[in-house]
Amino acid sequence: MLGNLKGLLVTMREFFRPRVTAQYPKEHLPVAPRFMGFPVLTWDEKVEEPYCTGCMVCVRYCPTQCMSATMKDNPLLQEGKSKRRKIVDEFEINLGRCILCGICVDVCNFDAIVMSHEHELSVFVRNGNRVDLERLLEMGWEHQQKVGWKPSGETGESKEEKAAV
Amino acid sequence: MSGIGEVTVGPFRPERPLDTVEMMLNMGPQHPSTHGVFRMVLWIDGERIVDVEPHIGYLHRGSEKLCEGEIYSEIITLFDRLDYVSNFNNELVFCMAVEKLAAIQVPERAQYIRLILCELNRIASHLLFYGTFGLDAGAMTPILYGFRDREKVQSLFEAVSGARLMHNYFRIGGVKQDLPADFRDRMTWLLGELRRGVDECDRLLTFGEVFLARTRDVGNIDAQTAIGLGLTGPNLRATGVPYDVRRADPYLVYDRLEFDIPVGDRGDCWDRYYVRVQEMRQSLRILEQALGQLPEGPIMAPVRRILRPPKGEVVAHAENPRGDFGVYLVSDGTDKPYRVKVRPPSFCHLMALKHLLRDCYVADCVMVLGSLDVVLGEVDR
Repeated sequence: MLGNLKGLLVTMREFFRPRVTAQYPKEHLPVAPRFMGFPVLTWDEKVEEPYCTGCMVCVRYCPTQCMSATMKDNPLLQEGKSKRRKIVDEFEINLGRCILCGICVDVCNFDAIVMSHEHELSVFVRNGNRVDLERLLEMGWEHQQKVGWKPSGETGESKEEKAAV
Repeated sequence: MSGIGEVTVGPFRPERPLDTVEMMLNMGPQHPSTHGVFRMVLWIDGERIVDVEPHIGYLHRGSEKLCEGEIYSEIITLFDRLDYVSNFNNELVFCMAVEKLAAIQVPERAQYIRLILCELNRIASHLLFYGTFGLDAGAMTPILYGFRDREKVQSLFEAVSGARLMHNYFRIGGVKQDLPADFRDRMTWLLGELRRGVDECDRLLTFGEVFLARTRDVGNIDAQTAIGLGLTGPNLRATGVPYDVRRADPYLVYDRLEFDIPVGDRGDCWDRYYVRVQEMRQSLRILEQALGQLPEGPIMAPVRRILRPPKGEVVAHAENPRGDFGVYLVSDGTDKPYRVKVRPPSFCHLMALKHLLRDCYVADCVMVLGSLDVVLGEVDR
């Protein structure tokens, strides 16, 4: 009997403690700065084009083959606005298939893909989680604004150092 | 006079006992106490279990075969998904196997980071066990306490690796990123919280009379049989065998740390439970020392992006929260492994069910399975 009473004492104490749960759909707990949500593409606001050149390195390294990309000649190169010879033409990620491992971010040589903090993507249509280039850049731009993202060249530190924050 | 439709009732003869037959009862695969998708076929004589046949394979994803088609760095994501409550420990074993094969020397700091995260994961896993074991015994409260403290560990994991469960944080040759700047402070706070939390959990359940009655001398197993069946980890230590891979075959930097190996004496459900509770305290002790010794330095050994280990085969094993987790790896010199074989501790623990459940009651069957703490993800792979 004594053992049970000791246990009850523990539960009694809980009355006087602050609440630890959050009422999820109404309250959202903040995510960590390093949180790996769905991958998104970044936007180079200086040149007004995506960082992604469609080099397909992320596509090749993806463990679940959830993305596809194609590349085209960069029209802004002739106009002299951009230094990129090639630029992404089409890019599609099946976010329903993505396992949020972050390998694509590790292997990218151009800082073109980042893991956003987006993690709630319920949609009403069957293929609503197959997002195209336009949507990815839109989500990426939101993320860039939110966290003040800068490419590794501009902050003067290497990609690894940047990742260590 | 005889014919269809006519029933002859014989005289009641009390000297002849009524014939009884054993009944077959399917438990699972959707039974909530099977901790996943696991089916037990029980042959019962009244309430007493005569025989049991475990059926596995409901969560089979072909991980071992998938490994043969992925390059080494991608396989870490598959190992996350084997034992899905102790992800860091799984990643570690695979990384250790590849590092052994390719003769990569992991930097000190990376080893300490790995050790800290693995021990934290052990605590998180045991807290989950604590909660679900309480549920199995019919106590609804422990899971709330277990999850309250586990949540703190998970949010630290999120701050370090960016994911709460499938981290993909360990790399071959080190870890992905350095620890966040406020790691030490958070860790100090967390250790205090966990210490209090574990004590509280202990007070809440361990010596409750009802709990003792449900677990004491239920599902006993002696050391000899346990070794013969290949039990490892807390389930073996509950029988009194102080076998721990961290001591028997030290990996990472465990040989520099001081800790005890808690053992039980009877090998029943309560011992298996209490060994885990005490192990959490030992893990906290390890964490405190490791945090004090955590050196500065690089976190990644120079490793090529596409790793091609030399031809050969290697075995690595480590002490997971569930037991001795092993990986056998064969390389043919290309960027993908020729064969990856996983030796999951939970699989061997399930094989002990036949021995443990004989002559138990059906109600205790839930307790025995719960006390083994199996994770079906690593059983079926």
